[in-house]
Amino acid sequence: MHFLFEKRQSISRGALVLVPVISFFVSLILGGILLAVSGADPFATYAAMARGAFGSWRNFSETLVKAIPLMLTGLGVSIAFKMQFWNIGAEGQLTLGGVVAAWVALFVSQGLPETMVLPAALLLGMAAGALWAGIPAVLKAYIGVDETLTTLMLNYVAILLSEHLYYGPWRDPNGYGFPGSAQFPVSAWLPRLGNTRAHLGLIFALIAATLLWFIFNRTRWGFELRIIGENKTAARYLGIQIARNIVLALLLSGALSGLAGACEVTAISRRMQQGLSIGYGYTAIIVAWMAQLNPFAVPFVAILMAALLVGGDQVQIMMGLPSAVGTVLQGMILFPMLAGTLFTEYRLRIITPRKSASLEPSTQEVSQ
Amino acid sequence: MTAEETLKTPILEMHGITKHFPGVLANDQVDLQLYPGEILALLGENGAGKSTLMNILVGLYRPDKGEIFVRGQRVEIDSPRDAAALGIGMIHQNFMLVPTMTVAENIILGVQDLPFVPNMEEVCRRVRELSERYNLQVDPDAYIWQLSVGEQQRVEILKLVYRGAEILILDEPTAVLTPQESQELARILKVMLTEGKSAIFITHKMEEVMEFSDWVRVLRQGKLVAIEKTAETSPQELAQMMVGREVLFHLEKQACVPGAEVLELRNVASNDDKGLPALKGVSLTICGGEVLGIAGVAGNGQRELAEVVTGLRKVTQGEVLIRGKAMTNKSPLEVIREGVSYIPADRIGVGVVGNMAVADNLVMKGYRQAPLGEGGVLHPRQILAFARQLIEAFRIATPTPQTRIKFLSGGNIQKAILAREIDACHGLIVAAYPSRGLDVGATEAVRKLLLKQRDDGKAVMLISEDLEELFSVADRILVLFEGQVMGVVPAAEADTESLGLMMAGIRQAS
Repeated sequence: MHFLFEKRQSISRGALVLVPVISFFVSLILGGILLAVSGADPFATYAAMARGAFGSWRNFSETLVKAIPLMLTGLGVSIAFKMQFWNIGAEGQLTLGGVVAAWVALFVSQGLPETMVLPAALLLGMAAGALWAGIPAVLKAYIGVDETLTTLMLNYVAILLSEHLYYGPWRDPNGYGFPGSAQFPVSAWLPRLGNTRAHLGLIFALIAATLLWFIFNRTRWGFELRIIGENKTAARYLGIQIARNIVLALLLSGALSGLAGACEVTAISRRMQQGLSIGYGYTAIIVAWMAQLNPFAVPFVAILMAALLVGGDQVQIMMGLPSAVGTVLQGMILFPMLAGTLFTEYRLRIITPRKSASLEPSTQEVSQ
Repeated sequence: MTAEETLKTPILEMHGITKHFPGVLANDQVDLQLYPGEILALLGENGAGKSTLMNILVGLYRPDKGEIFVRGQRVEIDSPRDAAALGIGMIHQNFMLVPTMTVAENIILGVQDLPFVPNMEEVCRRVRELSERYNLQVDPDAYIWQLSVGEQQRVEILKLVYRGAEILILDEPTAVLTPQESQELARILKVMLTEGKSAIFITHKMEEVMEFSDWVRVLRQGKLVAIEKTAETSPQELAQMMVGREVLFHLEKQACVPGAEVLELRNVASNDDKGLPALKGVSLTICGGEVLGIAGVAGNGQRELAEVVTGLRKVTQGEVLIRGKAMTNKSPLEVIREGVSYIPADRIGVGVVGNMAVADNLVMKGYRQAPLGEGGVLHPRQILAFARQLIEAFRIATPTPQTRIKFLSGGNIQKAILAREIDACHGLIVAAYPSRGLDVGATEAVRKLLLKQRDDGKAVMLISEDLEELFSVADRILVLFEGQVMGVVPAAEADTESLGLMMAGIRQAS
């Protein structure tokens, strides 16, 4: 007896929805085993995590704080992934967006009318993210440079640049020696929602999701992008300009990540300092895949992922477990996801050896 | 059977092999016998089922029906590993080599009973020994990327003999070789045959059949149509059997009323994907209201010709003019804007986007203009109405317009492409093998549609390997051989024999 994976003649729609859901639960089980091995009660831990993430309005707002950058970067990378462009540089695009927004807030704001400071910071942050995704896009589209390498490498450039700035030239002289810039002027603060730390970025993310849905389903450009993503040969034959469209799509992809970074600095830290991103740009990859690149699914998946992070922090406080539990679970989701996608395109067939088959030829031969 | 054959027992037999793919019957009750020390040529057009049959033999596909016997034993081949154990090995058209590894490393890749740490010196010694025995001249320590295509092929051969293959399957082995390398290959194979090995040679070139093989089996549309002894047949006869002469039906054709010149090619040259010359100074004209048939055995420049006209391939020399306007090396979009439509040979890979809806696929030319789209925004309702109209007019059988097009049958996919291209066309249609692989009904529909375009005053370039199709649809027939025009004859005066000669490379005075 052996197993054979057979390609399905049609992609299973049920599997498309079930795979992310089942993978989530599988990762909970795997994580549970891990917790049990390290001596914690998995059920109590998960309950604590859920309370930490959703237990009160205040807790939920903290979950939203982490979900907002995940939504924006998740939407950003899903555009790129739809084009089969493996943009793993959302982290760098986010960071550079934050750096440029901070530059506007710190050094340009004096010369601007007060109402213009925040829009300028956000827009230039988006432009910076777009640039950071645009460089690998141009290299890929016109000379075929592998984008996984370039996008990944540019992450380090952006992150190290930001560190250089807040440790060096931008360091607040009145900051008691702590690395970090001075606080931004109030005109550069992105409004928060109520008395929580959740901010207007949530609205931006929801608008972006709607906009992306509209672009991909209702516009000529989105139609062309879908064709390019599905079949480049057909796109070329239909007269669609592939290179230009890939670059444009990636500018949009990077702009959303840049906006995530600009929102982080202007709404949360309100200064340039360490911890601008806690790996949002990488988690965005998981978000995009779990959402099956569907823009309306991205916000929900982002909230789930954020809940794991916030819940992980709570577990540390309440149960004395390392906060990495949440991150470990995040990572674990991807494995069953990747394994599960196999089942959307393939089905498993079990082949048993045909003992009787060896008898067939002799009877056939006689009949011939 | 002659006395000589009955003396030998076949090393390999395939009986009644049948294989279905969605919408296509790739192999229909195919039989095959291979005798030790002989080369069997498997001749047929693209899509005739040659590769499918061989992929079944090496365990990549499982047949729906049929049996395989090796050395008289009934066998089940479930994987290439099973095939290798039976001494069957295949050299694919695209070599399966790892460029960053050495010849010796490539040769032992995938060998089953390899020790954990292979003794590379021993391997190299054996490779040298085998290489000398068959005069293959390959350095076992060279890296694959350093080797020429011909040398890489020799590595593939070495790989098989190293593993003790007795039956070698070669899939269009000379397609990538220079004439000198081809002769070298013929010589190497001869040596192997004297040792009792045997080979199956997949090809669609008659000259190769004549040069290499002892026996030839001709496949057409998945069926075995002829078994010939190579010495007793001729290239012309093979060409006829390969493209088929059966009269499917009779098309009512009105007299041709040529209008103004639509397409002109002046001394056009172009390269194929490997950068080798594929078109060598082709000149032709097509007028409105006229069908120019392009005959020839596949791989003689037809694809490049179609792509040069549609802007998909760069011209290295010469001019392309559409209605007198210079269109040489213009982009596909500019060519589309001139009203040129193209029905590509590769329907699934090029013609449609399989994962998108039938309706989406139908508007992939028209979406740029109102009423389907305005100012960059698409109108879903208009798109649906437009799609319904085309589905109705071209009788495309689809469950709904939203069905993903890859779930339709081959004939319906082709009708959808025709619907889209004909609707968008104003001037010239380039159709490459438009009825290939379709059943009789769909074939008739496709041909009638093309004739109707011609009657409406459009210029049609019809590339086909099916002479019957060319006789019934084309007004003039141009024969391509190795990228050159062998002659142009009016369809009414053309006959299979003279076309067959031109297709085999014998120029006609015309």
